[in-house]
Amino acid sequence: MMKKYLLAVLVDNKPGVLTHVSGLISRRAFNIESISAGYTEEPEVTRINIVVSVESENELDQVVTQLSKLIDVIKIVNLSKVESIERELVMIKVKAGRENRADIINIVEIFRAKIVDVGPEDVVVELTGSQSKIDGIIEVLSEYEILEIARTGAIALSRGPVPVKRM
Amino acid sequence: MMNGAQAVLESLKKEGVDVVFGYPGGAVLTLYDAVYKMKFPHVLTRHEQGAVHAADGYARATGKVGVVFATSGPGATNLITGIATACTDSVPLVCITGQVANPYIGKDSFQEADIFGITTPITKHNYLVKDAKELPRVLKEAFFIARTGRPGPVVIDVAKDVFDTKFDYHYPDSVQLRGYSGEYTGREEEIDAVAEAVKKAERPLLFVGGGIISSGTADLVREIASLLGAPVTSTLLGLGVVPADAKGFLGFAGMHGSYASNMAIQECDLLLCIGMRFSDRVTGKVAGFAPKATIVHFELDEAEVNKNVAADYRVLGDLRWSLPIFRDKLKAADKDFAAAHEEWLQHVIRMSQEHPFSYQEEGDLIKPGALIKKISELSDENTIAVTDVGQHQMWAAQFFDVYKPRHFLTSGGQGTMGYGLPAAMGAKIGKPDSSVILFTGDGSIMMNCQEFATIADNDIDVKVVIVHNCILGMVGQWQRLFYNHHYSQSELKGKTDFVKLAEAMGIKGYRLTKKEELESVLPAILAEKGPALLDVWIPEEEDVLPMVPGGKRLDQMVLGGSKK
Repeated sequence: MMKKYLLAVLVDNKPGVLTHVSGLISRRAFNIESISAGYTEEPEVTRINIVVSVESENELDQVVTQLSKLIDVIKIVNLSKVESIERELVMIKVKAGRENRADIINIVEIFRAKIVDVGPEDVVVELTGSQSKIDGIIEVLSEYEILEIARTGAIALSRGPVPVKRM
Repeated sequence: MMNGAQAVLESLKKEGVDVVFGYPGGAVLTLYDAVYKMKFPHVLTRHEQGAVHAADGYARATGKVGVVFATSGPGATNLITGIATACTDSVPLVCITGQVANPYIGKDSFQEADIFGITTPITKHNYLVKDAKELPRVLKEAFFIARTGRPGPVVIDVAKDVFDTKFDYHYPDSVQLRGYSGEYTGREEEIDAVAEAVKKAERPLLFVGGGIISSGTADLVREIASLLGAPVTSTLLGLGVVPADAKGFLGFAGMHGSYASNMAIQECDLLLCIGMRFSDRVTGKVAGFAPKATIVHFELDEAEVNKNVAADYRVLGDLRWSLPIFRDKLKAADKDFAAAHEEWLQHVIRMSQEHPFSYQEEGDLIKPGALIKKISELSDENTIAVTDVGQHQMWAAQFFDVYKPRHFLTSGGQGTMGYGLPAAMGAKIGKPDSSVILFTGDGSIMMNCQEFATIADNDIDVKVVIVHNCILGMVGQWQRLFYNHHYSQSELKGKTDFVKLAEAMGIKGYRLTKKEELESVLPAILAEKGPALLDVWIPEEEDVLPMVPGGKRLDQMVLGGSKK
C-alpha cells in the first residue's frame, strides 16, 4: 500500500537547486504528490516541502538518502515521523448563480472556509487545512460546477520550539 | 586583474592539473586563447567524446581529477556519454563547457543547449556560471566535490562573455558548503558489531569493489583478507584490489564471473562487501543472492546501503576511516581466524582449480582466451589493461591478470562502447612509464576510432588489440542463446581493413589470424616502441562463459570452457 510522507528539505538558495531536486526525483522515479518551495527565516536557505508517496520504508529511505546526496541539500527531516502540523491552501472557483449561491455560502461556513471573490456567475472559495479537509470541501462542492482549482501542496512545521534545521 | 579564461587556467594550475583534454569551438575561443598564451598542456582529441573518455582514463589510472574543455551546444552534448560513464563508475572529472553569452541564453541561439539541465542527472554536481566573480569559488568547489567522498563528474557551464570579463581574481583556500563536507566518519559501534559477527562466522568471503580503489585502501583489504584467511572475490571494477595470484583470490563474480566466485557467494555464511554497490550484473536474481550469508556492507554512500541488496550489518563511512579500525579489532580478537577458516578456504580454492576460466582449442584458430592469456603473460605487473565493452571486455576480465589497483580500466556500470581507445590514451598520458594495452572489439573500436589520429599526432604508446569476430559479439551471444540465432543487425561484414585504417591514421597495424602467431609474432609487436594496432581474428561463434542468464541465481550458471 502506498503511504505518504511530508519531507521538509532545506537547501541552499542558489540558482539551479530546483533543477537538481526535480532532476533527482525523475531519475530515481520517485512518486511525488506535491512539491512547494519558499524563502525561510534565513535568506540563503530555501525550504522545499515534498509529499512523497512510497510503498515501503526502504523506498522512503532511498528518497531521503538520495536527496541528501545532492550537494545543495543542507538537511532533510521527515515531518510525518515527528509531531507536526500540516496545512495546505486551496482556492476553488465555483459556478454560483442566484439559485445556489446561498447553499454554497452555507457549505463554506460549515468548512470554515472563506469567499475571497464574488462575481455575477461565480465565487472563489479559499480554504486552509489538512489534505483530508480540502478533499472534503472539493467533494461537497463538486455537486455544483467547479470551474477551477489551485492547490499549494502541503507544508508542515514540527510542534515545539526546535526548528527542522536543529533536529 | 585577469579575464575569466585566465582565471580558469590559473585555478587549474592551483588544483595541480597537468593536462586538459578538449576540443575548441566558438563559445570557448577566449579560453583557448588563454591556453595558447599560457602554453597550458592540452591534448586535442578528434571528438569531444574522445576528450571526456580520455580524461576518465587519465583519472582512473592516476587517481587525479580528469579535466575536459568543450564548446557549447553539440560540443557539450558530445560529452554526455562520457559524463554518464564516469558518474556511474564514480570517476572524478571536471568538465568546463562554454555556453552562449549571457544575453543570448534562452533565446535558442546558435549552438545553444541547456547543458546544466541535461547533465543534472548524470553529474555529482553542476554549475552554470553567468558572472566572472563566481568562477574562483565554483572551480574550487568543483574540484573539491569531484575528488572527495564518492568521486564523480562535475560540469561547469560558463557563459561565453564570462571568459572575456576582467575581474579581481582571488582563489579561495577552502570551500564553504553547508550541505557537503566531503568527510565521512561513521560510528565505531557499527564496526564492533561486524567484528562480533566475524568471530561467529565459519565461511567468510570478502567481496571487494571499486570503492576500495578510489579510496586507496587496497593494502588494508589485502591485510584483512590474510588476517581472516578468507577467500576474496571482486566486482568488475574491483579487479586489482587483490593481486591475481593471491591465495584464495577467485577472480570476479557475477554474470560472467568465475564459477568459484559465484558458488562461494552462494555458500558463504558471511559476505563482507566492501566499497561495492550490488549491480544487477553481480547479484543475479537478488532474491536468491547469498542465501546463507549474513551480509555486511562497508560503504561510504548511505544511499547504496539496502538499495539493491539488504545488508544485515552496515558500516557507513569512508573506508580510510573504517578499514583500519576493523583491521585492528580483528588483530585484537583472541581467535586464529586463518586456522579456523582453512578448511573453507581450501574448499573454495579447490572449486577455483576445478573450474578455472577456460576455453577449448580449435585447430589453428586464435581463441580469445588464449590471446588474452598470452598477452597477460607477456605483460609486466605495471601494465595497465583497458577495455571497451562486449565479449572482449569479459574475456579480458577473465584472462588478464591484474596485480594492482588502477591497472584495469573498464566502463562497468554504463558499459559504454567506444570508451576504450580514448581511455587508453588518457591512461598512457597519466602514466607514461606504464605499458598500456587496450582490448577492444571490431564493434567497439569503430565508435571512437577517430582517436587513432590523436594517438598518432602525440605518439601515445598504446597497443590496441582488436578481438575481431565480425559480429557485435555480446549481442550475438544473446541472440544465439535466447533469440533463436536471429543475428538481427549484429553481423559486421569484416570488410573494414583495420590494418589499413591504422596506417591511414599514422600508426602501425598488424594482423594475426593463426594460433602460432601468438608465439611467433605477438611478443615482438608488443615489445615495439610506439603505438600499434593488432587486428586479431577469432572465431565468430564464441560464447563468453560461464554465464548467469538474466533473472537466474548465481549458482545457476551455464558452464563450459568457451565453445561447447
